[in-house]
Amino acid sequence: MARKRPLLIPGVDKKLLVKDAAKLMPDFTRRRFIAAGASLGALTLLTGCDVSDGFSAEEMLKQISKFNDAVQARIFNPNALAPTFPESAITKPFPFNAYYDLDDAPEVDGKDWKLEVRGLVDNKKSWTLDELYKLPQVKQVTRHICVEGWSAIGSWTGTPLRDFLKLIGADTSAKYCWFQCADAEGYNSPLDMETALHPQTQMTFKFADQILPRAYGYPMKIRVPTKLGFKNPKYVISMEVTNDYKGGYWEDQGYNSFSGS
Amino acid sequence: MSSLAVIDVHHAPKANVIQPAWVRIMHWINAVAVILMIMSGWQVYNASPLFSFSFPPAITLGSWLGGALLWHFAAMWLLMVNGLFYLVCGFATGRFARKLLPITPSGVMADTRAALTFKLPHEDLSKYNQVQKLLYAGIIVVGIVIVLSGLSIWKPVQLQYLTALFGGYDFARYVHFACMAAICAFLVVHVALALLVPKSLRAMIIGR
Repeated sequence: MARKRPLLIPGVDKKLLVKDAAKLMPDFTRRRFIAAGASLGALTLLTGCDVSDGFSAEEMLKQISKFNDAVQARIFNPNALAPTFPESAITKPFPFNAYYDLDDAPEVDGKDWKLEVRGLVDNKKSWTLDELYKLPQVKQVTRHICVEGWSAIGSWTGTPLRDFLKLIGADTSAKYCWFQCADAEGYNSPLDMETALHPQTQMTFKFADQILPRAYGYPMKIRVPTKLGFKNPKYVISMEVTNDYKGGYWEDQGYNSFSGS
Repeated sequence: MSSLAVIDVHHAPKANVIQPAWVRIMHWINAVAVILMIMSGWQVYNASPLFSFSFPPAITLGSWLGGALLWHFAAMWLLMVNGLFYLVCGFATGRFARKLLPITPSGVMADTRAALTFKLPHEDLSKYNQVQKLLYAGIIVVGIVIVLSGLSIWKPVQLQYLTALFGGYDFARYVHFACMAAICAFLVVHVALALLVPKSLRAMIIGR
C-alpha cells in the first residue's frame, strides 16, 4: 500500500511540481466535478446525513463512503468463505508492500514482544509469543487483494481470531477490534466484529509454514481474507475491543473503512 | 369530429418527439456517471497498471488512489441506479425492441458501406440505421458487462460465483478494462457523429 505516491524526482522542487500539476488540471474538469457533485448529492439523502452545513464534494464523498460501509456490512455474509487454493498456486515471491521500504520495516524482538489486550474483554492479560504459539493453529491458502488492484496468493498459518476472542472473554457484541502496530507512524486499523468473528480471520504467526518473516509482519499479523490488504495489519502490538470507531492509518486518509472483498 | 380530435392529440406530439423525456434525462445522467467512472477508474488503474502505460494524471479524477476510489464508488450508484431504470424503461416501453431490432449482418454491412461513403441518410432521426442499432445495442451489453465485472472485482468473496464467471479476480480486471476501452471507442464515434449531425444532439437535449 504505497502512500499517496509522492511524485518525487531528485532535484525537483516538490511545491513547484504540485503547482504545475494543479495548472495542468483544467478548470472545466473541476467545475464538472462540482456539477456532478450536485446531482450525486441526492444520493447522500439515502444516508440520512445533513449536508446543508457547508456543501463540498469532499464531504459528499465521505458521506457516500459511510453509506458504502453500511451497504457492505449488509452484503457481508459471515458464512461465506474466501476461496482457497492449492499450495501450487502460491505467488512466489510474495510481494512486500507498505507505506515504508522493507529496510524501514519494524524489527520486533520476539522475546520482548507482548500482545496487549484492552477494552471490553474479561481477561486483559498481555500475551507473550510463546503463549500464543501454544494455541491451536490452522493453515489457509487464500488470495490477498490490495486496494491498488493487484492480488497475490499466500499461505498463512495461525489461530482463528474468534477462538482467541472467546478465550479472553471478549464482548463480541462490541462493534470493533482495533489493532495497533509497531511501525514508526503507528499503523492502526479497525475491524468490524462480524468480520473479526469470521472463521477465516486469523492471528497469523507463519507464512508458507515458516515463522512469519519481518517483511510480512513478524511477530504477528491479522490475516483477513474477506478484506482488502490494508485491513490486514502487520507487526501488531495491541488489540482493543471497543464500541468506538477509532479510525485507521489509511481509513483516515480516505480509503473506505469497511473495504470488504 | 371527436374521433379526429383524439387522433390529433395522440399523434401530433408523438410525431415530433424523437427522444422522450425519460431517455434524455437518463442519457445525460449516464453521460455524467460514465465520465466520472472512467476518469476515476484511470486513476485507480494507475495504482497498479495492467499494461506498460499509465494515464496522465491531468485527465484522471481523484488526485490519488484514495480520492479516485471515493469517486468511483460514489459514481457507481449513479451509474447503476440510472442504468437499471433505463433498462427497465427500455424493455417496458418496448423502445429497445422498436428502435434496436432487428439487426442483420447484411444490413450492418450495407449501412457501414453507406456510412463510409457518406451516403447514409439522416433525414429521419427517429429511425436508427443498422450501424446505429448495432452500436447502441452493443454499448448496452458492454454497460452491463462493465458493471458486473466491476462488482466481481469489488466483491470477489461475497460475489465469488460472479468473479469465477469472469475467470477469477485477476482476469475480471482485464474484462473491466476492456469494457472501459470499448466505451471510450464508442464515445469517440458517438460524440463525433453527434457533432457531425447537430440535429441529433438537439434532439437529445430538447427532444425534437
